[in-house]
Amino acid sequence: MSSIIQQESLAGALKSVLADKLAGLQTQYGELTIIVRAEDVITVSTMLRDDFIFDFDTLIDLCGIDYSTYGNDLSVKQGLRDKRFAVIYHLLSVNRNHRLRIRVLAENNEFPVIDSVTEIWPVANWFEREAFDLYGIVFTGHPDLRRILTDYGFIGNPFRKDFPLTGNVEMRYDAEQKRVIYQPVSIEPREITPLVIREEHYGDCES
Amino acid sequence: MAEIRNYTMNFGPQHPAAHGVLRLVLELDGEVVRRADPHIGLLHRATEKLAENKTYIQSVPYMDRLDYVSMMVNEHAYVMAIEKLLQIEVPLRAQYIRVMFDEITRILNHLLWIGAHALDVGAMTMFLYAFREREDLMDCYEAVSGARLHAAYYRPGGVYRDLPDTMPKYQPSKIHNEKQTRLRNANREGSLLDFIEDFTNRFPKYVDEYETLLTDNRIWKQRLVDIGIVSPDRAKALGFTGPMLRGSGVEWDLRKKQPYEVYDRIDFDIPVGVNGDCYDRYLVRMEEFRQSNRIIKQCVDWLRKNPGPVITDNHKVAPPSRVDMKQNMEEMIHHFKLFTEGFHVPPGETYAAVEHPKGEFGIYLVSNGANKPYRLKIRAPGFAHLAALDEMSRGHMIADVVAIIGTQDIVFGEIDR
Repeated sequence: MSSIIQQESLAGALKSVLADKLAGLQTQYGELTIIVRAEDVITVSTMLRDDFIFDFDTLIDLCGIDYSTYGNDLSVKQGLRDKRFAVIYHLLSVNRNHRLRIRVLAENNEFPVIDSVTEIWPVANWFEREAFDLYGIVFTGHPDLRRILTDYGFIGNPFRKDFPLTGNVEMRYDAEQKRVIYQPVSIEPREITPLVIREEHYGDCES
Repeated sequence: MAEIRNYTMNFGPQHPAAHGVLRLVLELDGEVVRRADPHIGLLHRATEKLAENKTYIQSVPYMDRLDYVSMMVNEHAYVMAIEKLLQIEVPLRAQYIRVMFDEITRILNHLLWIGAHALDVGAMTMFLYAFREREDLMDCYEAVSGARLHAAYYRPGGVYRDLPDTMPKYQPSKIHNEKQTRLRNANREGSLLDFIEDFTNRFPKYVDEYETLLTDNRIWKQRLVDIGIVSPDRAKALGFTGPMLRGSGVEWDLRKKQPYEVYDRIDFDIPVGVNGDCYDRYLVRMEEFRQSNRIIKQCVDWLRKNPGPVITDNHKVAPPSRVDMKQNMEEMIHHFKLFTEGFHVPPGETYAAVEHPKGEFGIYLVSNGANKPYRLKIRAPGFAHLAALDEMSRGHMIADVVAIIGTQDIVFGEIDR
C-alpha cells in the first residue's frame, strides 16, 4: 500500500486541483476516499485521468451501493444526506502507484442517474451495465446499457436492499404446457443467523 | 452473384472451448469476426447478495467457488479485507503459509490454463500432462484442509490449522500391488513440507517438458503469434491486470508494487512481455510457473525453521482451542458467541486486493458494525478481461476467438459471481 507521505501529498493535490469540485475527503485504513457531486463526475474523472499528478490510467472497479438500511448515525457521519444510491469508483494509477476511491451519490432516490465514464475509461462499460442491472442506476451516455448478469427478461433490481434474497419468481418445467414456466417463489424466507448491530463500546472492560 | 452479407452465429453456452458457460454472439463476415458480444451471467449466483445475509465466516467457502481453479487466493483477498477492518495482526507463520499456498494455487491455476488453452488450440497432450501435476498439488490442498478443491483454509486472523506432519498414503489395490504402492508412496513418507519440497524439485523439469512441446512448436506459434495484440496504454484503459497486462509489457505486479503479507521478504522476478499478443502472454505465464516455484521453495525453507502460531490469539475473531474451550469459562463464551452470532466488524469501508493468478482480485467491503457485511463487491479480473474480448477479436478469424478466450484464462465462477 502506498506510503503515508504519498497519501498526504495526493490528498493535498486533490484539494488544490479539484478545489470546489471536491465535496468531501476522508482517509480510513490508509485509503483515500473523495466525494464528488453527480454533476461533476465527467469533469473530475477527466482531470484525474489526464492531470500528470494523478495519472489514474485504470479504473479498477465500479460498483453500485444501496444505503437504504445503512443506519442513520452512519449516514450522517458519511455525509450521505438521505441519498439512497451511490456509485463507488476505485481508481488505480499504474504509472504512479497510488489508489483512490470516489463516491458519487445519485441525486434522485426513485430514479438514480449518473453520467457514464465509458468515454474516459473503456473498462467502465461492463461495470456500469452491472450496476444498472443490479441496482437500477442509469448511466447517461452509456453506449449499450443492457442487463448483464441476470436472466433475459428479468424484472427488478436484485441487489437493492428491498429485493428479497429468495427472489420473486422461480422457474420449473410444466409437464402439461410442455414448457418452462415462471411462478411466484415457494420458498419461505428464513434467517439462520440474525443480523445484530451492537451499540458502541459493547463489552468493553474499561470505563 | 449472390450478395454476401454479415451473419450472426451463436458460440456456446455449451461449447467445449467456451470454458464453461460463455454465450458469444458473433457477427461474422465470412470467417472474419466483425463483432463479438459475450452474454454472461449464466452462472450468476449472487454471491455478493448472499454474503450480505451471512456472517463473515460463513462467506469464506463462497469465495472458493468464485474462481474455482484458484480457490485459496480468492479467500485471501476476502480475509485480508476483514483483517484490515478489524485491524488485527496475522502471525508471521500464517503469512508464510498463505504466500506458499497462494503460489501453489497460482501453479494450479496456470496448469489448468495451459491444459485448456493447448487443448483449445489443438494439443491434446498438454491437458494430460497438466493434470498429472495438478494431482500432486491437490493432494497438498487435501492434506492441509481436507478438501481437494474448496478448501476454506484461510480464516480471518490466519489459517485454520498448521501444516500436517504426515501425508496421506496410497493403499495397495487390484491395480497397484505392494511394490508399486511403495514406489508411489516414496515422496509421501515425510511431512507435507517434504512433499512440497519434492514437488518443487521435480517441477522445473516438467515446465521444461511443456516448453519443449509448445514454445518452438510451429503450429502453436502459428496459432498464437500476433493474435489479440493489445498495446500497453490500451491494456491499462481496458482495465487489464495480471499476466494480461504484463504480456503487453507493463511491469505491474501487486506482489512487488504494493506488497502484502511477506512478499517483500521473498526473492522473485516478474516476467514481462513485449508484443502484447497471445504468445507473449503464454511466455509470461510459463515464466510465472518458475517464479512461483522459487517462492514456494523459499517459503518451505522458512516454514521448516520457524514454528509458531498460525492464527491470531484474539478469540473474538478466531476460535479458542478445544481444551481451553472446555476448561475456561471465558473461552467457552467466546466460542459460543463466535459460532452463533459471529464477530462484529467496526463500521467502515475498505478495499483489499491480491495478485490473483488471473490479475487483480479485489474485495470492497463496507461494514455498518453488524455481524454481516453491509456490502461486498468482488472485483474479478476476468470480468474486465472478457469485456475486452470484443475489441481483441475484431478482424480475427473465428478460430482465433478460441485462442483469445484461452489466453484470457476465463473462468466463469468469478465473472458471473
